[in-house]
Amino acid sequence: MKSLYENVIMAGFGGQGVLFIGRLLAHAAMKEGRNVTWIPSYGPEMRGGTANCTVVISDEVIGSPVIASPHALIVMNNPSLDAFGPRLETGGLLIINSSLVTRETKRNDITVVEAPANKIASEIGSDRAANMVLLGAYIARTKVVTKENILEALKKVLGEKKKQLFEINKTAFEKGIEIGSL
Amino acid sequence: MMKVVFERPKSMFPVPTHYCPGCGHGIVHRLLAEVIDEFGIRERVVGVAPVGCAVLIYNYINCDMYEAAHGRAPAIATGCKRVHPDLILFTYQGDGDLASIGTAEIIHAANRGENITVLFLNNAVYGMTGGQMAPTTILGQRTTTSPLGRSPKREGYPIRIAEMLATLEGATYIARVAVHNPRAIIAAKKALKKAFEVQINGLGFSLVEFLSPCPTGWGMSSTEAPKWVEEKMIPSFPLGEFKVPKSEKSVK
Amino acid sequence: MGEKVLITGNEAIGEAAIRAGCRFFFGYPITPQNKIPEYLSYRLPQVGGCFIQAESEIAAIYMVFGAAGAGARVLTSSSGPGISLKQEGISYISAAELPCVIVNVMRAGPGLGGILPSQSDYFQATKGGGHGDYHLLVLAPSTVQETVNLVMDAFDLADKYRNPVIVLADGYIGQMMEPVEFKGRPPKELSAKDWTVTGAKNRPRNLIKSLYLDPEELEQHNLKLHRKYLEMAKNDVRVETYLTDDAEIIIAAYGTVARIAKTAIKILREKGIKVGMVRPITVFPFPYETFTEISEKVDDILVVEMSLGQMIEDVKLGVCGRANVHFYGRVGGMVPTYDEIVREIEKIKRSQV
Repeated sequence: MKSLYENVIMAGFGGQGVLFIGRLLAHAAMKEGRNVTWIPSYGPEMRGGTANCTVVISDEVIGSPVIASPHALIVMNNPSLDAFGPRLETGGLLIINSSLVTRETKRNDITVVEAPANKIASEIGSDRAANMVLLGAYIARTKVVTKENILEALKKVLGEKKKQLFEINKTAFEKGIEIGSL
Repeated sequence: MMKVVFERPKSMFPVPTHYCPGCGHGIVHRLLAEVIDEFGIRERVVGVAPVGCAVLIYNYINCDMYEAAHGRAPAIATGCKRVHPDLILFTYQGDGDLASIGTAEIIHAANRGENITVLFLNNAVYGMTGGQMAPTTILGQRTTTSPLGRSPKREGYPIRIAEMLATLEGATYIARVAVHNPRAIIAAKKALKKAFEVQINGLGFSLVEFLSPCPTGWGMSSTEAPKWVEEKMIPSFPLGEFKVPKSEKSVK
Repeated sequence: MGEKVLITGNEAIGEAAIRAGCRFFFGYPITPQNKIPEYLSYRLPQVGGCFIQAESEIAAIYMVFGAAGAGARVLTSSSGPGISLKQEGISYISAAELPCVIVNVMRAGPGLGGILPSQSDYFQATKGGGHGDYHLLVLAPSTVQETVNLVMDAFDLADKYRNPVIVLADGYIGQMMEPVEFKGRPPKELSAKDWTVTGAKNRPRNLIKSLYLDPEELEQHNLKLHRKYLEMAKNDVRVETYLTDDAEIIIAAYGTVARIAKTAIKILREKGIKVGMVRPITVFPFPYETFTEISEKVDDILVVEMSLGQMIEDVKLGVCGRANVHFYGRVGGMVPTYDEIVREIEKIKRSQV
């Protein structure tokens, strides 16, 4: 089996929950016995005023937790696309929240998946679950961790205090999986 | 039968001190040792020495001790007391140490209500470094760094520590006394005893400010200096209890 | 095997301290290490410990002085500007030979600088930092797991040498989350602390001090401290060598930069350039001998730092002119990328032929 190495940058406005979905991914990867690093908006990435995080998942010991040209990019708003879009590596995967991202990417050397995440999240009852739609699309495309482990991580991270949010987040995640699987 | 009417406190080492003739430190050291003896607490007392003339207090008082950096004694006492709440902690600090470089530490130790006792010796001058202006130097007083006499316009006003700390809710017992004559010394000991009692009973922060003569720093004889305490210092720094435990009425 | 938890470096530092028997923390908030005091402010009371948010870094370090003198395992943490304020106390603690652990989650300076990651406090940490002739034992972790291990070791080393130990982490290590295992470890057998200030009951009184007015006595004290540093150099140097056996160029780096360099080395080896790395884990005592040995084998060493060249001085002392020592650094919170490191190595490679 080929040894796994993946990295992704997730970016959006503060409050859109990009750090949160990054944590879910990191938890799921840990559950699957991988090495993983998660870095929040910190370091040079802090410039530009977007909230973002970088997740690296690997079977080998992880070298740099800071990624210049990521394999994948999840963007939830226009400034994030402007800041990180040009850095996506050739052949990389760009997941776009088409509810809020109005600009078009000028690149034709990458795969683009558009998901109207806010629209879908509103339809199922909570605009705030838009992040989960995008995470779903990412997981469907990359299969870097299993759906089940993301849901388990969701349960764990929400904890007892916020467990009432589980169902809506799960539904949003599954909608994202559908979009990503198209 | 012979009766002992005067002896060296057991908590004092039988050695002469390095203090100048007429200095108040020796008197305050002795009061401290007497109070430790009378409460029978020497084996659980930990002291913190300052930077200044009294840095060598550990050569005279026989108990476990730290030597602090300038102004930091209350923070050191805090660290020790939090590890061993059953110990009795005192800091011994001069006016430069406590009222200048260590103002933050003393205010916040008092404000936290740290259960420690502070002996604050105010002689209105930096003694060890050679008679420079102190935060408590009184208006008009000449020192080696206020050669024209302290002027409020140039050097600001003397700080009244006891009054200031008494405004803090965390402080339990705050008093100002003097050691320039026998009557004052008897009152000073009473206040010091009360301060330790507050700590022993777990009531919180206590501080006694001692107005003390420094003939060398003031350029006076050791007979003139006590008079200067009476006539110049006390009007600037009124004596009394500024804060007492809640159960007790202030007798200021 | 303990369970792995996903945790930030800052929180991991707090938990590691508790696992090492530390029950006292005194500190003052400063970015980017605030999760350490926040974590300990609720964890320490749970285990019967004590947390105080001090009025300043200066007060905090003297609370450490007091608690260490009273025999407790005690921690403080800060970042550049706060560590500068603590330097007075660190000098006193070193002089009085009190064991304690200090964490510096480095941010960029000088002055207020910025809050982003940096390695600009290397000189301050390794060369003393405050006034007087003294050293701290300095541990420089590269991953969150290593941070945990080194924080635990730091308490043992502090007790072993009766000397402050500083854990020199950069901002990334504090902010980053990684899976971590808190391994159970047998308590180290250490000699009893018979020098502590705990009340003079049934023994002569103890005195914790740093004033020696007699120059001969102070010289003896200085020499005693110096012998400790020599002992550290003899017994407690730690260094990782990575793919050095067949390497033709060596990278020298520590902390997060060393991780980034590992990725660069992978890329370079795929391109056929054999690069290895020497990563000091203790930066005081410094692994001079490793650099002496490596400089017999390679002609070029590239030092990479998030500074404009601090560790490079120690590397040069080890190399002692036997190899070319090159430098690449980013500062201000900018971080060297693996692409940049690759480029630097390729430049060196070209100059070799």
